[in-house]
Amino acid sequence: MSQATPAIHVDDLRKRFRTTQALDGVSLDIQPGEFFGLLGPNGAGKTTLISILAGLTRADSGQAAIMGHDVVRDYRQARRALGVVPQELVYDPFFNVRETLRIQSGYFGLKHNDGWIDEIMHHLDLAQHADKNTQNLSGGMKRRLLVAQALVHKPPVIVLDEPTAGVDVDLRRSLWEFVSRLNREGHTILLTTHYLEEAEALCGRIAMLKSGRIVACDTTRNLLQLTNEHCAQLRLDGNDVPVAWQDRLLRDAEGGWRVNFSEYRELETLLADLRGAGVRVTEMHLQEPDLEDVFTDIMKRT
Amino acid sequence: MSGFSALFYKELLRFWKVVVQTVVAPVVTALLYLLIFSHVLEAHIEVYPGVSYTSFLVPGLVMMSMLQNAFSNSSSSLIQSKMQGNIVFVLLPPLSYLEFFLAYLGAAILRGLIVGLGVWVVTLWYAPFQLPHPVWLLAYALLACAIMAAVGIVAGIWAEKYDQLAAFQNFLILPLTFLSGVFYSIHSLPPFWQAVSRVNPVFYLIDGFRYAFVGQSDTDPGLGLLVAGACFVAISALTLMLLKSGYKLRH
Repeated sequence: MSQATPAIHVDDLRKRFRTTQALDGVSLDIQPGEFFGLLGPNGAGKTTLISILAGLTRADSGQAAIMGHDVVRDYRQARRALGVVPQELVYDPFFNVRETLRIQSGYFGLKHNDGWIDEIMHHLDLAQHADKNTQNLSGGMKRRLLVAQALVHKPPVIVLDEPTAGVDVDLRRSLWEFVSRLNREGHTILLTTHYLEEAEALCGRIAMLKSGRIVACDTTRNLLQLTNEHCAQLRLDGNDVPVAWQDRLLRDAEGGWRVNFSEYRELETLLADLRGAGVRVTEMHLQEPDLEDVFTDIMKRT
Repeated sequence: MSGFSALFYKELLRFWKVVVQTVVAPVVTALLYLLIFSHVLEAHIEVYPGVSYTSFLVPGLVMMSMLQNAFSNSSSSLIQSKMQGNIVFVLLPPLSYLEFFLAYLGAAILRGLIVGLGVWVVTLWYAPFQLPHPVWLLAYALLACAIMAAVGIVAGIWAEKYDQLAAFQNFLILPLTFLSGVFYSIHSLPPFWQAVSRVNPVFYLIDGFRYAFVGQSDTDPGLGLLVAGACFVAISALTLMLLKSGYKLRH
């Protein structure tokens, strides 16, 4: 990993809301160009962390910086470098799509931004809704507008806080295509999501938060290797499974069998033993460990 | 200061898009007050010698409309943005608290002035045009709108629900404006209420503003301007302090 200024730097952040310790000493560095996932159950502190990065919430202690700019001391540069897609589906019902984007550009000091606004509207399929009042947009279109608003100032760092919650499959796919493209073009992406398969497919590195602490932080590949619990689902012709396997072969709801194993050798032995016992395998499915297994495992262990 | 101009523009566009509600309606309301009160009282009351009741009432109504609408603009814009959640659109960009303050303040002042001008223009049919002291008029109009615009920012930031803002409006702004000599001279009041009126800053705004129109007033318009100026400085300082601390906006 490069030693350049991190795109996002977080050092020992703590934040307490009345009775809950939302962040309990979080430290994290995200390098420029990364596609980084922030996972955790509800209330783990993901949104608090993002809010501190965005200047919406003030940390009790610790530091946070965007592209080397402290989010409190150099808030102007920090916010210029950051685009945030908020979790809530918010919009200003007084304005249409184009006005919203022009005004948002203006807040960043950009006066003649129509070229870029047209480009983002085009990529997010908002162009045909440019003159529509925001309150007449569908939920998916409102979500796209939020993404567009976060991009008006071409921020090098983009934070997406559960952008696909309640979004249909088509929009989810086109949104990920667009975000992946931004990442390829050099933008750093920080994503929180409840859809673990999304995080697995998109993120190069993932941190898991629980009760305001980071309980795991590694590349997606390394995280996936944390668990080697494979699972085979079998259908057998006959019920006389070998005695040696009686504890490990479990009946599943559909009358089939499940077996968990960590190395493929074990599967080979099982098949040989079955053949020896005269039991034929009529169907077999293999399940590779996925991020959900790792996530569940880590959340249970910590 | 271009972030300021964008926010100022957004605030202007916001009330201009609902101009019937934000400008026309208050003008009509003021006109109704004028028709009713001048109909009932014109023949019975002469507050200042040589000044008809309608001529007395008009400056008070203009000022009252300016005060209420300047307050209403900043406070309702903020509470709506907070309730809807779109306040994040102005919290995420690199706007300073001073830009934030000036943009909401400026737009609310402008709305107050537009409504005030509208009320004045429609009342010209009922009260003859006279304006002996235009500079006083301008000074009072600006200061009055600015004070209420800033009070509106404070109220909009403080209120967490619409009914809290409504309480602020009904139990503070409305009594202060009604009990300040819009419809009467405080010299007609018993001594106790006269004394109460003199600690109501809105009384000075209305009295001094009326001086600009009719050349007579209950108290020295210079003193009134001083009171108004002090009020504006105090409320602005409070507003800027709240904004700087992030009170109820940045948690």
